[in-house]
Amino acid sequence: MLRLAPWVMISVLTLPLATGLLMVILPAFGYLPVLGGDTFHLEAWQALWARAGLHRSVLLSYFSGLITTLVSLLIVVLFLAASQGTWLDRAIRRMVSPLLAIPHAAVAFGLAFLIAPSGLLVRWVSPGLTGWERPPDLLIVNDPLGLALMAGLILKEVPFLLLMSLAALPQLRPELRVTLARSLGYAPSIAWLKCVLPALYPLIRLPVYAVIAYATSVVDMALILGPTLPPTLSVSILTWFNDPDLSRRFMASAGALLQLGVTLAALLTWWLGEQGVKRLSRRWLVNGARSSCSRVIAFGGRALLLTVTLLAISALGGLALFSVAGFWRFPDALPGSFTLDHWQRILPSVTTPLMNTLSVGLAATLIAAGLVVATLEHAARHHLPARRALWLLYLPLIVPQVAFLFGLVVAAESAGLRPQHALVVAVHLLFVVPYLYLSLSEAYRRLDPRWVQVALSLGVTPWRAFWQVRLPLLLAPLLTACAVSLAVSIGQYLPTLLLGGGRVPTITTEAVAMASGGNRRLVAVLALLQALLPFIGFSLALLIPRLVWAKRRQMRGAA
Amino acid sequence: MKPRAILTTAVATAMLSLTVPAAAAPDPSDWEAVLEEASGQTVYWNAWAGEERINTYISWVARQVEMQYGIELVHVKLGDTSEAVSRVLAEKQAGNDDRGSVDMIWINGENFAAMKANGLLFGPWADAMPYYALTDPDNTPAVRYDWTIPVDGLESPWSSSQVVFYYDTALVENHPNNMSELLEWTKQNPGEFTYAQVPNFLGNAFITQALLELSDTTDIFYDPMQEEDFDAATAPLWEFLDELHPHLWRSGRAFPSNSADLRSLMGDSEISIALSFSTTEASGAIANYELPDTVRSYVHDSGMIGNMSFMAIPYNAQHKAGAMVVANYLMSPEAQAEKQDPEVWGSNTVLAMHTLSPEERALFDDIDLGIATLPPSELGDVLGQPHPSWVDAIADAWQERYVN
Repeated sequence: MLRLAPWVMISVLTLPLATGLLMVILPAFGYLPVLGGDTFHLEAWQALWARAGLHRSVLLSYFSGLITTLVSLLIVVLFLAASQGTWLDRAIRRMVSPLLAIPHAAVAFGLAFLIAPSGLLVRWVSPGLTGWERPPDLLIVNDPLGLALMAGLILKEVPFLLLMSLAALPQLRPELRVTLARSLGYAPSIAWLKCVLPALYPLIRLPVYAVIAYATSVVDMALILGPTLPPTLSVSILTWFNDPDLSRRFMASAGALLQLGVTLAALLTWWLGEQGVKRLSRRWLVNGARSSCSRVIAFGGRALLLTVTLLAISALGGLALFSVAGFWRFPDALPGSFTLDHWQRILPSVTTPLMNTLSVGLAATLIAAGLVVATLEHAARHHLPARRALWLLYLPLIVPQVAFLFGLVVAAESAGLRPQHALVVAVHLLFVVPYLYLSLSEAYRRLDPRWVQVALSLGVTPWRAFWQVRLPLLLAPLLTACAVSLAVSIGQYLPTLLLGGGRVPTITTEAVAMASGGNRRLVAVLALLQALLPFIGFSLALLIPRLVWAKRRQMRGAA
Repeated sequence: MKPRAILTTAVATAMLSLTVPAAAAPDPSDWEAVLEEASGQTVYWNAWAGEERINTYISWVARQVEMQYGIELVHVKLGDTSEAVSRVLAEKQAGNDDRGSVDMIWINGENFAAMKANGLLFGPWADAMPYYALTDPDNTPAVRYDWTIPVDGLESPWSSSQVVFYYDTALVENHPNNMSELLEWTKQNPGEFTYAQVPNFLGNAFITQALLELSDTTDIFYDPMQEEDFDAATAPLWEFLDELHPHLWRSGRAFPSNSADLRSLMGDSEISIALSFSTTEASGAIANYELPDTVRSYVHDSGMIGNMSFMAIPYNAQHKAGAMVVANYLMSPEAQAEKQDPEVWGSNTVLAMHTLSPEERALFDDIDLGIATLPPSELGDVLGQPHPSWVDAIADAWQERYVN
């Protein structure tokens, strides 16, 4: 039965995706009979190329994806290299992981309000320090270079990469490596960079790829923080798909394929960069330089991560402040009055959405965990190398959602599947399974096989070894992976709406619908509620191993 | 997806098609039969849900129709109306012609035009609704034409709205009264005015308002656009916008994405004049703590663009009878008066006051419109929305011109 697991997993992910994609490829080349397109031609592509600002949209998506990933990775690596287990480092780590729980859109709203010319930062120093009675007319949010968008993405990607790294690190025994290198006279941070990083990077490589794919095609954050004239490619595509003029859907489909190309190009660029770094760093790794720049690294790593953390926390604080704010005139540092009105108006209507969010998220996570663990266990028992076909798992993360979800609805309808909870769970699996696999697979694969061998040699069955040895050893990464997947499920908007036919309201669909009306106070309430469930998930993932392994410090895993 | 599910559905469909003809659509002229069929149905109403006031009103409606007609009304909350249009399109593509999941859509303008043109709507049914007569369709063209597209009984009127400007009296002494005064004012107060980015419908409304104000003859815009007329007819608009943009908020290098963004900018004192598609927006936002209580509304001398929004039933809706009963109830004096109350929502009625009985009219007379809302007598003339082909072409040209 285990043998089937990888194939079940791959088909669960790729069949819907392929069907959905086909339904986009056809219209991109002119075929969509329901709108009168019954011949193949290239008009949609011609219309696409003729769009004003297309090349800038493409460049924006490409570069913002690469730059945010590079910066986020640098911050994480520098911090880990600098982090020597002081109380400050532990405090920063602990503050970072909850940030993962805040939905992208909420971070974007918070950040926009923090850095805008009429935002919190300016309010706090005005008019005292600046003399500004009115907000300065500066283009900070929605800037043409997408800097605000990149900043927002970095706030979200740093915690993700840090968590992935922390989950993977214990099996590398970084303390041993660093201690050994230090005994040879290397400065601590240099020791980490030379002895731990080269082993760590392969373990977090797939999460890095996921970050690139996400950052090149993100929609919700780009809508709030990104440039507008023109917007990023993904936002343009969504606008075309949403255009009342239904014939725009042909061009939108072509755009979706172009987006796929942009994402692939960014991934390819990164891969080439990896090869380059591999070559260039070979000499540095063994040149014996023991302390160059170690202080800069140690300081920079902490300072950068602290900045990211403080920015994200201030953004969240701004949201919390707004959720209880009365009218708040510029440049007052605090609202003129406080009120619980906003909470009172929202709370009565969110019980059902919260329950739906939880039931869908848990169902998807449990199914995904079963599939992923079965696949990994199968590979572990038969000492199989990572199957090449498994790269298919990442397709749902790489193909932009707008590209295949519309087609997927058609496919589901054709199969007679009505919008319902089960269908929403199924479509969430598309996104939950890859992230869960991403978060768990390396930890699983790298777990020292001798533990299980010892157990087997003591005469237990493979299943008992699995339950009593492997799973307990993997408790921390498994729970972290489940928390990530729960957060991913909770964050899904388009899939929930489209496959649920709007009949499975979740806290996220409520929040996005409300965000379209832009009452910042109500949006803040919903964003905080939306962050609540994943926050609980991550807290449990941290707490449970601590409780279970209260007496076994090494097994507690991350943080 | 699962082979068995496909097989079961196929067999079931085949059997159904052999035994029973597709369920007959309810006949709107036989109202008793419609009511009977509607009772016990669950109606999925797809409606934009960006305003908490609107959502609260919709849940009030749900309680009323449950009590009065035994209908369970479910609000499917949308961020954008086109999400529902997509759904219907997908169902049509998949051959689901009678069990559609969208029973009723809050719709108007371009989305209606698109659905009508692609045969995605059920009807005609709206003219036969009992309360329809109260809208005085014979004397109110806005009931019969949605952005110049004939309604043909495919949607029932729900709300009437009109573009208004609102401004902060603490920051602006004399508000402009037409587009050239607005241009002058913006030059003197750079960075303090902007409009929503085209093709957002409010952005479109602003540029069409400017187009209508600046053109010598406006008749041409109410017929489908002819390519050869475009350049000459829109030249004054581009001249105006070219001159206006450098003085806008952020020098026209970025635009707020919708009316909500615009409202936030007002609330943050970034701008001093904004516009809205709702005559009560400013009053509502003051009550919601979003705007200072020094904000007031005004309109241009020439009149402002206005339109109605409607309820439509997709061609494949599963609960057409229930949807008709709800749509009809939405036109009742009771539901319309409740909606017009700014304490509830503050959206204008589609009913013609002279068609109502004195008691019904009293429901409306007692409403307090709010501090920043203009009374109906001061709203001026309502200018019709140009034909969608014009709006689309102008929005595209705007993109060409101002997106680099």
